[in-house]
Amino acid sequence: MANDFAVELRDVVKLYGEVAAVDHVTMSIRQNEFFSLLGPSGCGKTTSLRMIAGFERPTSGIVAIDNKIMGATPPFRRDVNTVFQSYALFPHLTVEQNVAFGLQMKGVSKTEIKRRTQEALELVRLPQLAARYPKQMSGGQQQRVALARALVNRPRVLLLDEPLGALDLKLRKEMQIELKTLQSQVGITFIYVTHDQEEALTMSDRIAVMSHGKALQVGTPLEIYERPNCRFVADFIGETNFLDGTVTEVRGDFAYLTLPSGEVFSGRASEGVRAGTQATLSVRPEKMQLLENASTATANTYQVHVFSIAYVGSDTRVIINLGSQRIDVWEQNSSSTLNPDDYFFKSGESAWLTFKPENALVLAS
Amino acid sequence: MMNAIRERKQLQIFGLMLPGAFWLIVFFALPLLVIFVISFMARDDLGSPIPPYSLDNYQQALDGLYLNLFVFSLWISLLTTIITLLLSFPVALYISRSPKRWRNTLIFMVMIPFWTNFLVRTYALEFMVRANGPINVVLLSLGLIKEPLSMLSTPAAVLVGLVYGELPFMILPLYASLEKFDWAMFEAAQDLGANMWRAFLRVMLPMTMPGVLAGSILVFVPSVGSYITVELMGGGKINMIGRVIASQFGVASNWPFGSAISLLLMIVVTIAALIYFRVGRGERMAL
Repeated sequence: MANDFAVELRDVVKLYGEVAAVDHVTMSIRQNEFFSLLGPSGCGKTTSLRMIAGFERPTSGIVAIDNKIMGATPPFRRDVNTVFQSYALFPHLTVEQNVAFGLQMKGVSKTEIKRRTQEALELVRLPQLAARYPKQMSGGQQQRVALARALVNRPRVLLLDEPLGALDLKLRKEMQIELKTLQSQVGITFIYVTHDQEEALTMSDRIAVMSHGKALQVGTPLEIYERPNCRFVADFIGETNFLDGTVTEVRGDFAYLTLPSGEVFSGRASEGVRAGTQATLSVRPEKMQLLENASTATANTYQVHVFSIAYVGSDTRVIINLGSQRIDVWEQNSSSTLNPDDYFFKSGESAWLTFKPENALVLAS
Repeated sequence: MMNAIRERKQLQIFGLMLPGAFWLIVFFALPLLVIFVISFMARDDLGSPIPPYSLDNYQQALDGLYLNLFVFSLWISLLTTIITLLLSFPVALYISRSPKRWRNTLIFMVMIPFWTNFLVRTYALEFMVRANGPINVVLLSLGLIKEPLSMLSTPAAVLVGLVYGELPFMILPLYASLEKFDWAMFEAAQDLGANMWRAFLRVMLPMTMPGVLAGSILVFVPSVGSYITVELMGGGKINMIGRVIASQFGVASNWPFGSAISLLLMIVVTIAALIYFRVGRGERMAL
């Protein structure tokens, strides 16, 4: 296996009884990458992480770290460290002793332990709390200690299991940026488990979206958001509108979809979309416009009924009806006016909906 | 107003304490005081305590013979505690790792022996290790031994009896500690490079130290003064301090001397327990 992957999962399956927690997952995580496993709870992301750490063994398939197949290698012989969701700081040891633990196990000399522990605590900006016990600290501080305790060992790969899950929103946002900065600073591969799509988009170089034990799509945040490869990914990441219909024609990169009510929409055809099959058009609310007047000759343009509008500051969220279909459209508030009439859509009136075919996706059902 | 409420609260607490305090004073503090006074007295020809008051009993108790018995009793109790701890830890660990619906059943099984009278159980144990008891009979019939092993009346027999009797008192507190143990801690230790053994020693043991301490005290203290087990399993040939006390209050009819030894035993056990807690305290501090 001559390649430059930090971690590889090849056709990994983990069964609990009859249930597949991880179902034939294959993914390659590059060196120094910030890689996220994203999905709802029970999607197999934590189980995948635990198999990399060595706490679980795959029922079948291969886990390789640094091109070495792990097999039955126990956790303490793997060059990875974990930041646990609960932090799992040792309550009977001080912060300093917690951070020093891994180095002591490796038999590093006392002076070096002292130096590296100090360094690690400075990295997470907590050197002044070295003598505290974990329970004397706030959640955010404990979180940093857990990070320092893992990073001090300079592992090849750092595994993070929803490390920010227990923090309040503000602290969470701060730590997201801090973690990302830290990762580029230390140059270690991070594998990050989260169910928060915004968190994954903010921090990751690449994301694997998981559902029911399967890795549905692996890609950059841009790819995942702009080119979801299936309905689940499009739905799970960000907001989107789905229009179900039948594919009437595929021309080049584009597919034409006819709704049951007769309207025809076009969008980028994704894999498996063929004429005559059922498919779904996915278009995000911010990629559509509402106009007072438009020509029906333009593609994807129809007269619609404005159902409700909500001003949310950065944009105005409009819900429109196209026949019985409900569609969300977000109009960016690019001008700073106080006159409500300038937001020309009023509920109960009609407007024209339009969007470019290249901004919509036709997904195979 | 606030003061009135506070006073009322204090009165309530005082009222709640009253029955228990009464019990302790009448059946513990007063008898202890009586023993304390008697221990400085002499005995008449019939064995009743009489003045004059002196330290003679204590002097006698601290001479070679009885001092050796103290040391021997402490030694046997220490061994009992260590063996019980070693046997109980895996059991408590197993129960705490069992599925929730099984745990109560398993704990129940640990406590079942309490349903039978302790004396009866000890007699049964004595019967097992007798010269013509089941163990010897089986070993003889299998041809593994030529003549019956004389297991009874040895320190080992006493040890077996004590360990048997004290086992539940170690398992229960250990289980209480282990059940609360967060296994993510064990995984964290392994994740940081500790093998199973070191994860146990460095993380699990210190974190379950309260259970270890409680169990050890519960086993050690009664063992030092144990009487029935020593009497039956020792076959009258093994002497420990509990037997001396029993005989002073019984056949020897020397209450003053028995009282002195009893108080010395209390002091020794208290000191031993204090040392033990002092040693264990460092580990428990942060828990």
